[in-house]
Amino acid sequence: MAALSVNHLLGIKGLTTEDIELIFNTADKFKEVLNRPIRKVPSLRDITIANIFFENSTRTRLSFELAEKRLSADVINFSASSSSVKKGETLLDTVNNILAMKVEMIVMRHASPGAPHFLSRHINAAIVNAGDGTHEHPTQALLDAYSIREKLGSVGGKKIAIIGDISHSRVALSNIFCLQKLGAEVMVCGPATLIPKHMASLGVKVVHDTRQALEWCDVANVLRIQLERQQGKNFPSLREYARYYGINGSLLQQVGRPITIMHPGPINRGIELTSDVADSAQSIILDQVENGVAIRMAVLYLLAQKIKVYGTVGKAA
Amino acid sequence: MEKLRLLNGQLLDLTMQRLCHQLAEKHEDFAHSVLVGMQPRGRYFADRIKARLDRITGINVPIGYLDITFYRDDFRRRNAPLQASETLLPFDVEEKHVVLIDDVLFTGRTIRAALSALGEYGRPASVELLVLIDRLYSRDLPIQPDYTGRTVNSILSQRVVVEWTEQGAAEDAIWLVTK
Repeated sequence: MAALSVNHLLGIKGLTTEDIELIFNTADKFKEVLNRPIRKVPSLRDITIANIFFENSTRTRLSFELAEKRLSADVINFSASSSSVKKGETLLDTVNNILAMKVEMIVMRHASPGAPHFLSRHINAAIVNAGDGTHEHPTQALLDAYSIREKLGSVGGKKIAIIGDISHSRVALSNIFCLQKLGAEVMVCGPATLIPKHMASLGVKVVHDTRQALEWCDVANVLRIQLERQQGKNFPSLREYARYYGINGSLLQQVGRPITIMHPGPINRGIELTSDVADSAQSIILDQVENGVAIRMAVLYLLAQKIKVYGTVGKAA
Repeated sequence: MEKLRLLNGQLLDLTMQRLCHQLAEKHEDFAHSVLVGMQPRGRYFADRIKARLDRITGINVPIGYLDITFYRDDFRRRNAPLQASETLLPFDVEEKHVVLIDDVLFTGRTIRAALSALGEYGRPASVELLVLIDRLYSRDLPIQPDYTGRTVNSILSQRVVVEWTEQGAAEDAIWLVTK
């Protein structure tokens, strides 16, 4: 069955393993499109997509916008800093105003967990969650797993360590759901203050020693220390964090086994990753960025397929 | 359901032999010509044509495969979901004489999409169409084949089914199926 089981991409939690495989197989085809002389297909030429970003973003917004344009969709961009949100408009009003201009799909980033879920219950458009607070960031998890599949051949049976600030990270949660659905083993590693208490209930291993994590894993997905989300002191200093949880070349050499290094960006060089690791042959950080466009094209294409020309969301095959 | 056999293995063999000779006559040494099989079902037929053409001409005729899923004009207009196949064009189509190869020509919409898709890879010198079965009186668009295996009179509710041994069929056969 080549259709998604959902009408919105709100999180990885709501996807089936078949949905994820379908997205990956579709992304393979779009990756080929992205390497042609003319990197564009006309599929979404009669679809208008609004990118609504209530939180700052550079690469995710660019990646979505590029994916939309490669599919020939019409694109409008909205960012909270330059909008009426500052004047006190509610989320629902803001979105309804945009929809009144005949928009079929919405890509939204919002600081509040659950904001896209709320919208999906109240408006008639397909919604793609581009990050909701510390909850989920589904397209990032999809492109991470897709990049692992590309590098190692498959995700099932692989050991993936997610290292860093887990409690402020939507990337971590979406990655855990996605990797587990695909049959991988997941470990999280970071200072106890940056790992939520009930992490083990998700079925992941929890360690606080970076070396132990590296010795266990095939892939290390290193997260950014989110300086803007740190309220209070979760660790004494950046220098101390870098010393205990930063990954550098000599540490990797001591492990002695090639470990694939990932990072969702932007990198704090010298804190969670040193430059020699970030730029090494084992790093697939730039592949992740490249794959992000293909994955987002696949998600948008598969969701758009469910919006029938004379129908509404949900009247799918 | 009624099944009528249009071509059996032996006749199919003769037909493909004729098509290959027609191609060789027109394209000679294939120095500036390429074969492009239409994914997914035209691929098997294209592979057969290439293998036979290689034997006739004694050269390795270039072949690629084109998937047109993202160029279809019925996206969001049909109930059955679309699934893309692989596109593999291991050559530059710029200034090439392209022979598109498909098993059945029906409405012509697939070929319309193929012309758009092909254009994304460059500007071919010319494009020709080779089909095994041409269903007459069923075209939605002004598209006609240059090389035809068989023409078939059929009504819209009928289907033409092509079976190849590569797909797991017991023998090569082409059927006209009436519901």
